[in-house]
Amino acid sequence: MSEPTNPPAETPAATATPPKPAAPPKPAPPAKAAPKSTARRGVLLALFGSWFAVAWLAMTAAVGGMVLGTVRFLFPNVLSEPPSKFKVGLPDQFEDGKVVERFKDQNTWIVKYNGIIYALSTTCTHLGCTPNWLESAQKFKCPCHGSGFKITGVNFEGPAPRPLERWGLSVGEDGQLVVDKSKKFQKELGQWDSSESYVKV
Amino acid sequence: MLLFGQGQIGPEPFARPNEIGEDPVFHHQHLDASTQTGVGVFYLLIVLMNLGFAAYWFYNRRDRKQANIWIVVALVFLIHAAAYLFHAGWILPAFIRNAVDDFIGPVTYFMLSLVLFILFIYYRKGCTEPPVAWGILNISLLASGWAITDSNFRSIITKEDNVPIVLLIFSVGFFTWLGMRKAVVNDERMARGEPPLEKLEDEKVLVWPDLVYTELICMVIATFILVIWGVVLKAPLEQPATSAKAPNPSKAPWYFLGLQEMLVYYDPWMAGVVLPTMILVGLIAIPYIDFNQKGNGYYSFNERKVAIVTFNFGFIVLWVTLIVLGTFLRGPNWNFFGPFEYWDPHKVLPLNNVNLSDMFWLGLMGRVFEEGKDWFLRELPGIILVVLYMAALPPLLAKTVLKPFYVRMGFVRFFVLVTLIQFMAALPIKMVLRWTMNLKYIVYIPEYFFNI
Repeated sequence: MSEPTNPPAETPAATATPPKPAAPPKPAPPAKAAPKSTARRGVLLALFGSWFAVAWLAMTAAVGGMVLGTVRFLFPNVLSEPPSKFKVGLPDQFEDGKVVERFKDQNTWIVKYNGIIYALSTTCTHLGCTPNWLESAQKFKCPCHGSGFKITGVNFEGPAPRPLERWGLSVGEDGQLVVDKSKKFQKELGQWDSSESYVKV
Repeated sequence: MLLFGQGQIGPEPFARPNEIGEDPVFHHQHLDASTQTGVGVFYLLIVLMNLGFAAYWFYNRRDRKQANIWIVVALVFLIHAAAYLFHAGWILPAFIRNAVDDFIGPVTYFMLSLVLFILFIYYRKGCTEPPVAWGILNISLLASGWAITDSNFRSIITKEDNVPIVLLIFSVGFFTWLGMRKAVVNDERMARGEPPLEKLEDEKVLVWPDLVYTELICMVIATFILVIWGVVLKAPLEQPATSAKAPNPSKAPWYFLGLQEMLVYYDPWMAGVVLPTMILVGLIAIPYIDFNQKGNGYYSFNERKVAIVTFNFGFIVLWVTLIVLGTFLRGPNWNFFGPFEYWDPHKVLPLNNVNLSDMFWLGLMGRVFEEGKDWFLRELPGIILVVLYMAALPPLLAKTVLKPFYVRMGFVRFFVLVTLIQFMAALPIKMVLRWTMNLKYIVYIPEYFFNI
């Protein structure tokens, strides 16, 4: 009765293994060997041939496509941000000890203080709110947690752990000051000494 | 400029804040007719409440003395109601308002809430007696009625998104009273050798219909109230958001104001990530730490002293009172304002917060560190303190004060509990250090954005 189930076992893969003489009396081992050899032969068929496999493949492809599409969103075709370099005027237009708030929309304060001009980022170093310049108190004061910064941008009250960051500032070809927001200078890293972080007048 | 540009240590030579008298809003206190009518109706409701309470004592408890007391109280409120309904225009005297504003500050507010909490726990028996608790409720309602005649107070308390906080004050007060009252009654019973009240009512009710019907009715009432609320008090809309202009003050949703207050004292990494995680982990860990079998299924204080005091300290003192502080007392620039103070965006509070490393190296040793160099040596004093606090304190406590706990709880449970409590205590400790020593950070390593 084991004879009819044997033919599948005579595939090249099966014959490569040494034949077991003791097998015929037991019906079970050939029965086990049979599905194994069909799986080997038809592994591609099993992967791509059944409806079940097609469904899984389709779902994997769809989910993968969605993930790729989502990742694609991280790289927009057009960036509607203002350019990171912009002109803010001639150096002699700035008054010592005054904070220019005209460029707050571009995340920048221009300050002339103690003979140098620098461009401060308007992002609070505590949790990223936008502080306000309080002329009467001569400080930048954050409305979220009360961090305070002096006109130099140095933190002195509240929880802000470090000074405001400076943007890159230089004098352009036409003599106007140019803010470069692609460069930032952090005081606590000793970067405010860099000549790119301020303009001497 | 000194180390890390902290500037001079000491008060800034700024101009003093505007005297209160200069503020036009403060001077022109007046109550318009509709507000007076509203306050009058408010008092009338309190009159009815007290008459009901008196009737309860008279008819149910046959206590004429109590009934008389509450009728007299109702009369006091009736006089108030009449005065406002006939538009007498009484306003809380300015000297009281000024005295309250002068007295209250972050320190006094926190200390006051802490002292009240301790008093409540200590005198829980007296405080939760129904006439005493009712008296406290009456006093708070009378104080609210007086306070609301001040236009600065009124403008903040009646802001649409602040209304839930007013409800919160009274509902937290009510439920704290309710739980504590039941616990006190049971403790007295158990001291006499009687079983707690809950053990007597072993009459069981069915889920269907008893529970499900109750839930249905609650659902209908809650939906009704929310719909009315949504129609009457409209959600405030502000100007379109831009990164260039933050609203001043910028406030988190009310349930996060405790977190926002925490952020005033800690680095965002600590207050925004570590401490909230520890709160959640601590709440999850409660069943594993608290193996006290007593107090299961009935109210009791004496059998669960540590658990109740610890939880209520964290919830009431460190969470609810900070929400109230953040809602009503934090104004423009996140400055502290008294309840009757005008929210002046130009109020100047001279503050100068200094790091521990500056205090130690500059103040004591006279040494200045170059920026971005030698941070480890610079912050060593703070690091040692933090390591001592986190690593050395728990074994010390296990050996000394908390030895009985350590013996009963075992190594792992005890250290998890102590660590969680240390994280909880870290907030008031830092607050007190900020207020008393103007301390900014104990460990300050901006090079790696790590500050404690």
